[in-house]
Amino acid sequence: MLYFSKLRILFITLFSVLFILIASSNVFKFDDSFFDKKINLGLDLQGGSYLLLEIDNEPVIEQKLQNLTTTIRNFFKEKNIKINNIKIDNQNIFFNVTDNDKQSVLDVFQDENSDLNPYYPRFKSHQLEIEDTGLNFKVSFSRQGLIKLKTSSQDQAIEIVRRRVDEVGTNEPNILKRGNNRILVELPGLDDPMRIKSLLGKTANLTFRFVTNDENDRFGVEKLKFENGLEEATVSKRIIISGENLLDAQPKMDTQANQTIVSFTLDRVGAKRFGKATSTGIGKQLAIVLDGKIISAPVVRDTIASGSGQISGGFTFQTATDLALLLRSGALPAPLEIIEERTVGPDLGQDSINAGMIALAIGFMLVIIFMFVKYKIFGLITNVTLIVNLFILLGVLTLFEATLTLPGIAGIILTVGMAVDANVLIFERIKEELKDETNNILAFDGGYTKSRTAILDANITTLLAAIILFFMGSGPVKGFAVTLGVGIFTTLFSVYFIARLFTSIYVSRNKDKEKLI
Amino acid sequence: MIAFNKYYNHFNLLSSVLIVVSLLLLIFKGLNFGIDFKGGTLIELRASDSKINVSSLRDRFNQMDLGDVSVKKFGNDTDFLVKFENKDNKKNIIEEIKTNLDKSFGNNYDFRRVENVGPKVSAELLKSGVIAISLSLALMLIYIWIRFEWQFSLGAILALFHDVIVTLGVFSLFSLEINLSIIAAVLTIVGYSMNDTVVIFDRVRENLRKYSDIKIFELTNISINETLSRTIITSATTLLALLAIYFFGGEILKGFSLAMILGVVFGTYSSIYIANTVLVRLRVSQKTVLREDEKK
Repeated sequence: MLYFSKLRILFITLFSVLFILIASSNVFKFDDSFFDKKINLGLDLQGGSYLLLEIDNEPVIEQKLQNLTTTIRNFFKEKNIKINNIKIDNQNIFFNVTDNDKQSVLDVFQDENSDLNPYYPRFKSHQLEIEDTGLNFKVSFSRQGLIKLKTSSQDQAIEIVRRRVDEVGTNEPNILKRGNNRILVELPGLDDPMRIKSLLGKTANLTFRFVTNDENDRFGVEKLKFENGLEEATVSKRIIISGENLLDAQPKMDTQANQTIVSFTLDRVGAKRFGKATSTGIGKQLAIVLDGKIISAPVVRDTIASGSGQISGGFTFQTATDLALLLRSGALPAPLEIIEERTVGPDLGQDSINAGMIALAIGFMLVIIFMFVKYKIFGLITNVTLIVNLFILLGVLTLFEATLTLPGIAGIILTVGMAVDANVLIFERIKEELKDETNNILAFDGGYTKSRTAILDANITTLLAAIILFFMGSGPVKGFAVTLGVGIFTTLFSVYFIARLFTSIYVSRNKDKEKLI
Repeated sequence: MIAFNKYYNHFNLLSSVLIVVSLLLLIFKGLNFGIDFKGGTLIELRASDSKINVSSLRDRFNQMDLGDVSVKKFGNDTDFLVKFENKDNKKNIIEEIKTNLDKSFGNNYDFRRVENVGPKVSAELLKSGVIAISLSLALMLIYIWIRFEWQFSLGAILALFHDVIVTLGVFSLFSLEINLSIIAAVLTIVGYSMNDTVVIFDRVRENLRKYSDIKIFELTNISINETLSRTIITSATTLLALLAIYFFGGEILKGFSLAMILGVVFGTYSSIYIANTVLVRLRVSQKTVLREDEKK
C-alpha cells in the first residue's frame, strides 16, 4: 500500500495540476479553448428568472374536435352514409347512424390506411378511439392521439416562446421542454421579469372582423368586450384576416393624430382579402380583435389595397412596442399559464455568492485548524489533501461546466467537512495497528487495507443519497446533489492517491521513529 | 474505555419517547410547509426607509386581499420576507402589489426575490419529495442488506427512521419551515447517519469474527470505543463546516444547515444508541456472522 512507482507519482501530479489549472480558468483567462471553461452560476447566484409554463390544451382539443365533426360529416356524406345528431360533449364526439351503416362506419375508423383516423404503426394505435353502444357512437382521442396533439402544440408553443424571448433580447435564455405540456424558461440576469411574463401570458390571436347588427349573420356572431372592459360590440365570426397574414408589425408615431400606433404589412393573400373587404365594407366598422377583446373598431373610409395598415387603440409607446412584438412572433397554439416562478435580483445573487464564499473560507479554516491541532504532521497532510481536493472538485465542475447554486456551495462546504472522514478512518486504524505492530510500514499498510471497506461503505451511502437528490431534486437542490456527488469521487481520489503518497513518503523516511502518529 | 452499554436501556427509552413525541407532533401539529409544498407567493423585500417595518408592511399587505399574509424580518432590520397564499393564482399579482406599495412607501424598497408556486406544482414537489426520501430509505435498506446480515440492516434502518422522524419532530415543534432545501438536508442526513452506522457495524462484525467468547453486549461497547475518536472527529469537522454555513452562509441556507446540524447530532447518537442496541436485543453472535460467511 505504501509503494508508489515513479510513473504513478507522475500521473497523480499531472492529474492534480491539470484540474487545478482548469479550476483556475474561472479566475484567469487562458488562450487555450480547453481551459477557457467556466462554472456556470445558477439563477440564484447570478440573478434571473425561472418560469415554468403550462400549456392549456383544452381549447386546442376543443377546436380539433370541432373541425373533426365537420370532417366526419363530409367524409361519410361522400360515402352516402348519414350521420345523425352529431355533437361534442366533454371532449367526446357523439353521433348515431342507421343499422345498415353501422359496420361500414366502424370499418372506416378501424382501417389502418384511413385518412380519417390516422394509424401510428409505432405505437400500434389509431389517433381516435371509437366506442359503440347500439347505434350510438362515441369518438374520442386515443392516448397516443392525445400525446401527439400535446407534443405538437408544445413544439409550436416553444417556437413562439423562443421568438418572443429573443425579441426582448435577454442574454442566453434557456428554453426547454418539460413533459409534454410544459415549457421551462430560464432567463439569467433578468432583473424585472414583468414584461416577459406579460408577453408570454398572451396568446396573441389577432383577427379582423366586421362589426354587425345582423343577428342572422351567415357565419354566426358573438358579443365581444372592448379592451377597456366597458363597451361591447356584436362581431361577425367571419374572419377577414388573422395574425397569420401579417408579414411585419412595428410601433409608429402617428404625428397627425399625435398617438402611438402599430403599423402592419400583410402577405399577398392577406392584402387581397383586406382590399376586397375594405372595398365592399366602406362605412362599416372593422373590429380588430386580440385574444377575444376588441382593441379598436375603426370605420372603413377607403379601400385599402396597399396591403398595409395600422392599428390604433390608445397605446403608450411601450404597449404598442409589445403588441407589435407579439404580432411579429406569431400566436401561441394554446394559452400558457405560469405555474411556477422564481426570480432573484442580481444584488441578492451577489450577496449569496459573498456569503457562500465567506462560509466556505471559514468552514475550511475551522476544519484545517482542527485537523492540525488533532493530528499535527498527519493533520498537515490531510489539510494539503483537502486543499487539492477542493481544487480538483472545482476543476471537475469547471470541466463539465456544471451549474453552481447556493445549495451547491453548501455541498462543497459539507464535502470539506466530510472529506476528512476517510483520512481519519485510516489514521485511527493505523494508530490501532501501531499498538501491536512495531514495524511502522506494516502498521501503515494495515491501516489502509483494513479501513477500506468501511470507507467504501460510508461513501457509497452518501453517493446513493446524492444520486436520488440529483434525479428527484429541481433547480438549486440539483446543484447541491452535483457538488456532493462529485465531491465523493474527488475525495476518494485525493485520499487514496494524494494523501497516501504524502504519508508513504513521510513513513518511509521515518521508518524507525516511535510514536509516529 | 467508556461504558456506553451501561446506558443502552436508558437511551432506548429516551429515543422511544422522542419518536413518540415527534410522531404526535407530526400528526397533531403537523409541519410548517413553505410555498414549495403548499403553493403561494413569497417576496423578499429590502427597504431603504425606516418607515417600512413589519407592522406597516403587514398593514399594507392585509389591505390587498391576498388571503393569509405573513410578514417577517429576514436576517437584518431592512430585509423582510412576505408570504401569502395567492389562492386564485392571480397573474399580475406582483405588479399590483408594487403599485400598491409605491403609494405608501414611494420608491424606497426593492423586491430582491420573488417566488410563486402554483397549486399543481407544489403538489408535485411534495410528492417527489416524499418519493425521494422513501426511495433513499429503501435504497439504504437494500444496500445494507447486501453488505451485512439482516440484524444489522434492521438496526441501521431503525436508526435512520429515528433520525428522520426526530429531525422532522424538531421542525414541527418550533414550526420551522419545510421547503425544498430541507428535503435535500433530510436526504443528506440519511446518507450521513448511514455512513456513521456502517463504520461502527463494520467494526462490530470484524470483532465478532475475532472474538468468540465476548457477548454482543460487551462487544458493541468495545467496537463503539474503538471507533469513537473517528466518530468524534468526523462529526466535529462536519459540524464545524455546517456551523460555518449556518452563521455565515446567509439567510437562505439557515433552515438547510440547521436541519443538517440536527441530523448530524441525531445521526451520531443513533449510530451508538439505536443501531447497536438492536444487535444486542436480537442476540447477534459470532454464529450469525459465520453462518452468513458460509453462504457467501
